[in-house]
Amino acid sequence: MFTVIIIAFVLTLVMGYIWIERRGMARMQARLGPNRAGPFGLLQPVADAIKVLIKEDLIPANADKIVHWLAPVVAFVPVLMIFAVVPFRDGALLADLNIGILYVVAISSVSTVGVFMAGWGSNSKYSLLGAMRNVAAVVSYEIPLMLSVISVVLIAGSLSMNQIVMAQTIPFILLQPLGFLLFFIAGCAEINRSPFDLMEADSELVAGFHTEYSGMKFALFYLVEYAEALAISAIITTLFLGGWRGPVLAPWLWFVLKVIIVFFVMVWTRTTLPRVRIDQLMALAWKFLFPLALINLIITGIQVLAWPEALPWVMILVNIAIMVILVLLWSRFFKLGWGRVEV
Amino acid sequence: MAIKTEPFVLNIGPVHPSTHGVFRMRATLDGEVIIDMEPIFGYLHRGIEKLAEERTYTGVIPLTDRLDYIASMSNNLTYVLAVEKLVGIPVPERAEYLRVIMAELQRIAAYLIAVGAFLNECGAFFTPFLYMFREREKIIDLFEMVSGQRLLYNYMRVGGVSQDIPEEFLPALDKFVREMPGFIDEYDRLLAENEILLARAKGVGILTKEMAVNCSVSGPVLRASGVKWDIRKADPYSIYDRFEFEIPTGEVGDCYDRYRVRIEEMRQSLHIIEQAMEQIPSGAVKSEVPHLIRPPAGEAYTHIETPKGELGFYLVSDNSIAPYRCHIRAPSLMNLTALREMVIGWKIQDAIIIFGSIDITVGEVDR
Repeated sequence: MFTVIIIAFVLTLVMGYIWIERRGMARMQARLGPNRAGPFGLLQPVADAIKVLIKEDLIPANADKIVHWLAPVVAFVPVLMIFAVVPFRDGALLADLNIGILYVVAISSVSTVGVFMAGWGSNSKYSLLGAMRNVAAVVSYEIPLMLSVISVVLIAGSLSMNQIVMAQTIPFILLQPLGFLLFFIAGCAEINRSPFDLMEADSELVAGFHTEYSGMKFALFYLVEYAEALAISAIITTLFLGGWRGPVLAPWLWFVLKVIIVFFVMVWTRTTLPRVRIDQLMALAWKFLFPLALINLIITGIQVLAWPEALPWVMILVNIAIMVILVLLWSRFFKLGWGRVEV
Repeated sequence: MAIKTEPFVLNIGPVHPSTHGVFRMRATLDGEVIIDMEPIFGYLHRGIEKLAEERTYTGVIPLTDRLDYIASMSNNLTYVLAVEKLVGIPVPERAEYLRVIMAELQRIAAYLIAVGAFLNECGAFFTPFLYMFREREKIIDLFEMVSGQRLLYNYMRVGGVSQDIPEEFLPALDKFVREMPGFIDEYDRLLAENEILLARAKGVGILTKEMAVNCSVSGPVLRASGVKWDIRKADPYSIYDRFEFEIPTGEVGDCYDRYRVRIEEMRQSLHIIEQAMEQIPSGAVKSEVPHLIRPPAGEAYTHIETPKGELGFYLVSDNSIAPYRCHIRAPSLMNLTALREMVIGWKIQDAIIIFGSIDITVGEVDR
């Protein structure tokens, strides 16, 4: 019963996300966005879903049929499974695993297999290129993601998502500003959002790994993209922003509000920034985010062991200062990618 | 023990969101790096040069609109100047000033599209593109006031322009010229120091000075490589020698320099329009020319500086009412000859950006 409620909630929020993205991005680009289907265009995602359902389902000629058919499924199911451990209220989660966050990180990697199956099974060079880029990027960004998560776990003292929220008397974004930044960037890269969306770069590879998909399977991939965005926003909210905690309103309302704010920041960066190149993407992961994540982990470990009873506001100031210094110093010595290759 | 790899061939285009029209690049890739590239065009060939032989001299003007359909006024101007050179017709003063105003407005509009499309290919998902289109809409409204058309104006005539400007044109132009520098500054603020744009465009697709001159490249691409050559100053046509303006050049010749040259030239064009608005006299806008022009037998070549580069028209007449031969030297085609040099050694994403920064229009390449 609770499962059904969660799935319905997730899918409704995903539709809301699609609406926020299209209207928000349009307004930032000096145009209106969808405003015909329903009041303020709120039924636009529904209209999109209906349109996509009635389209013909094409499979390319020499495609591997089973792989092509299974790919969207393998990509979508793990994303839904992440929501089993996200707390909506004190104790209100589907499964209070005591390895909560580890489960989340493990499951989210499985949907990469689905993406690669899509690229391979389409029998098209464009799709294969897109899928390979995607796999390389996701594997590289898993590591800073995990390391920033471990820093949070060190402060909270437990892997369980419920315990992490309960331990946030002050939101961890203030205690771990560098961790938040790293997680946000790595999260955007994992879910192929701008400025890292070269996996589905419209202007280069037509549509990357889902070029050859149409109909319901394409709808599933589209849904996967936004459901992953929702998943990352939910995890950011749980780990850094204090989950459902908040003064006056109902807990689930706070959760939805925070999740929407995080997503709005993602839409904002998508509208503003151009795209990075693939080698710049990898350089960012390995040379910038990974060392910073390690340093963050070491410093957090030292803080937890050496000053467990320190005053919170002292810790906040110290951590913010550390983040500013580290980011400025590192970006001075950091070179993005390599240039022309001698042929 | 090295892994055995094989280069594979990828077709970028002809139907592709980023190739500025129907243009095909056949790239041989080693992983992501391009090791060879062959441009293939001809998908938009419409036989304009042959069609021009069957129309009257005035009837060719709408054909010239469709060459570089983004900058129609410039194409019209070149053709009309070529016919006037062939026949020897004087043009009234007011018509000359109107021509200059239209040509410079067209330059700004075409550069807006060029920069917008370049940034679109860099991945800034339509945002700069749409901001620049907002300004381009104002220019197109001005053009609609004058010629009734939004894209293919058919405004210039042999001996002047087709009709005089309405009364509301000059006030609207004045308002535009006063607001536009603020908008150009807005684009600069958002884009010029953007880390990601700098990382993608600086040092990418370098065209050296020698290579640019050897390949007959012209226009902003040439100026970005450091060669200070602008036909408006080097071989002035119409009344350009009466205006003061500068020629911005780049230093290195990478994509970022081409972007910067275009932004600076937009500012210079606004400056020219201001000067033209102050000096414009009243009078006729077209000299008396017979309906069917019969030039004496001979030939004429005129070239002007269009937003894409040096557009040239070579007309041969045999004293009949239609040109005997009309050959068009298209700047986009000449600029394309340098593409392979610029692209080899870079990755596909860079190739798309480099191609976008040259800014071609396939209508000109294929005619």
